[in-house]
Amino acid sequence: MSEYVNESNRTLSKRVIEALKEFGLPRMIIAAFLLLMFIVAPFTGANFWTQITNVINRFSWNAVLVLAMVPMVHSGCGLNFGLPVGIIAGLLGATLSIEWGFTGPLSFVMAILIATPFALLFGLAYGWLLNKIKGGEMMIATYVGFSVVSFFCMMWLVLPYRKPDMAWGFEGTGLRTTFPIDKYYGGVLSNFLRIEIGRLVIPTGALLFFALLALAIWAFLHTKTGTAMTAVGSNATFARAAGINVDKIRMLSVVMSTWLAAVGILVYEQGFGFVQLYNAPFNMALPAVSAILIGGATANKASITNVIIGTILFQGMVTMTPTVMNGLINLDISEVLRVVVSNGMILYALTRKSEVTR
Amino acid sequence: MNGKNTSAPRKALNFLSNNAVPVMFIIIIAICLPMSGFSTTFLLNEIMTRLSRNAFLILSLLIPIMAGMGLNFGMTLGAMAAEIALILTSDWQIWGIPGIVLAMIMSIPISILLGLLCGKILNAAKGREMITSYIISFFMNGVYQLVVLYMMGSIIPIVHTTIKLPRGYGVRASVDLTRIRKALDNVLSINIGGVIVPVVTLLIIALMCLIIVWFRRTKLGQDMRAVGQDMEVARAAGIDVEGTRIISIVISTVLAGIGMVIYLQNMGDMATYSSHSQIGMFCIAALLVGGASVDKASIGNVFLGVILFHTMFILAPKAGAVIAGNEVIGEYFRVFVSYGVITVALVMYETKKRRAKAGMGAQLAAAQREGDKR
Repeated sequence: MSEYVNESNRTLSKRVIEALKEFGLPRMIIAAFLLLMFIVAPFTGANFWTQITNVINRFSWNAVLVLAMVPMVHSGCGLNFGLPVGIIAGLLGATLSIEWGFTGPLSFVMAILIATPFALLFGLAYGWLLNKIKGGEMMIATYVGFSVVSFFCMMWLVLPYRKPDMAWGFEGTGLRTTFPIDKYYGGVLSNFLRIEIGRLVIPTGALLFFALLALAIWAFLHTKTGTAMTAVGSNATFARAAGINVDKIRMLSVVMSTWLAAVGILVYEQGFGFVQLYNAPFNMALPAVSAILIGGATANKASITNVIIGTILFQGMVTMTPTVMNGLINLDISEVLRVVVSNGMILYALTRKSEVTR
Repeated sequence: MNGKNTSAPRKALNFLSNNAVPVMFIIIIAICLPMSGFSTTFLLNEIMTRLSRNAFLILSLLIPIMAGMGLNFGMTLGAMAAEIALILTSDWQIWGIPGIVLAMIMSIPISILLGLLCGKILNAAKGREMITSYIISFFMNGVYQLVVLYMMGSIIPIVHTTIKLPRGYGVRASVDLTRIRKALDNVLSINIGGVIVPVVTLLIIALMCLIIVWFRRTKLGQDMRAVGQDMEVARAAGIDVEGTRIISIVISTVLAGIGMVIYLQNMGDMATYSSHSQIGMFCIAALLVGGASVDKASIGNVFLGVILFHTMFILAPKAGAVIAGNEVIGEYFRVFVSYGVITVALVMYETKKRRAKAGMGAQLAAAQREGDKR
């Protein structure tokens, strides 16, 4: 009898928690926190419009990388912890474009063009592997990403790059860990149609570029293949019964995600102004994953809106906290906060009742 | 299954495919060994050091595997507990064996707390324990930073300026453990033909092995194996599945904490914010190199793994220098191999699981057809 009471109590409390979870409590907290930051910011001496500019800027760098999560989530492959696979394809495009002597805006276009075949190739291999291990995607994706990154750590040293802007000057072999790209495609999107109103600067080109890609993905998800992708993601068994080739659709989604990641890192670099090689891609997956989760996505449902909201909230948090915290209490705990919030968000998504895959 | 018609080559092939990772490692080592030009004594000494340094940590991974929770990436939590304990004992200036023992004892309650939390979260994420425990380790790293970088010295008293940051709170990036360096290893250590054997450390590791063997036979150990095999069946048999799983994670975390103290006393220096971050990855890679899989690991795997993995670790930079003229390549190579091994092991485990599932489906279908005929 007492056991029964316990049980019903538990289900009741569980239900309350469940309702709160549906409400998206963590997102509310983060949004409220960001709002508070914006309100407090002027009192700490930080200029409001500068802050807004920072957030928009960071948004324009990172949004495409977050967008790269969408296709794989849609097809039920889970959160793309294997983002570095695509990033490496992008880095190959970037370095080869520079090596072959392209400069200015053309180097950006060429970087995308050169990265594309690599992204397709990597995506196909990565998708083939993920089809072999349905159900264990996220863990394996993480380690596939790490393996690829560490393999390319060796490659950046060995491959015969010669361009003095990228290679180690004195030895002539191996690429540098970080190099500036002002002469190439640094700011190529951000400075395009750039709007400046006082302290507010809007990188129109980069925002338009993201809008274009987002629109393309949105349109794709409404085509027949796109609908099939959503069907595979929500219930693979039904999708198969409806005559959809599940493996092929999943493969397509992985290729798309990988290509978007490749383009995403190029967009990031043009904003940031530097190319980072070697260990840098290791740390790129988790922020993108948590950004889309903060935006309201779950491990098997994600929309363009989630991408936009998530990137604004996440990047807003990352850029605002240091200035505000420093101004307020002269204590910069932003790094700790970022780690706790971003990973806490992923944990929250992983422990939700809904099935992560299938 | 097909015991009758397995020929010798088939058997050999089976053996190879079941032990692909260790065999691959033996080949890598066989290639790198002559290139490195290390003397046997040096190599044996290095291996002995690393065996005594790492074995205990890796043993901590065995119990969650037994309970079907996969590779416990959350062992990092135990390592953090040990580091907090060591920071405090260093500040209290308790050195040598007493310092080590006190650090071990102090790490236990912190480990238990963290283990309980980790186990609770993992129970909410059944079926994806590994990725969850992996993210938990990142999450707790943030909390660890909060405690060590901001609360130590301001809330938790830290007296000595050698440990405290000049700004008045927070712990320096590196804590000097010279005064407990090898304190445990040097007790009764003996020199066999130039190879220094840390007898006491090895005895502790051996004792732990015995405890694990004994533990497997206890009621709790049996329960864990039952839970590991099939949670539903175990629940039907009256086993508290959730509780058992939490206990297995708590034990693992506590052991990892003690293991980390052993590890750090050997190193004699602690990188406050990074010592723990890679430890999980390297321990897991070593265990897998020893031939373990996500659902099966033995004490033998631990020792074979430590020896093979760390031999590769010692050889790789030198071999890299010979092959590519660059030691850094070797360092990147060993990181690549560590990640690669984990990837391969995870892929093998998932494909095996899928095949087993498909096999079961086929059996069911066959049984149904049989039934239809009748």
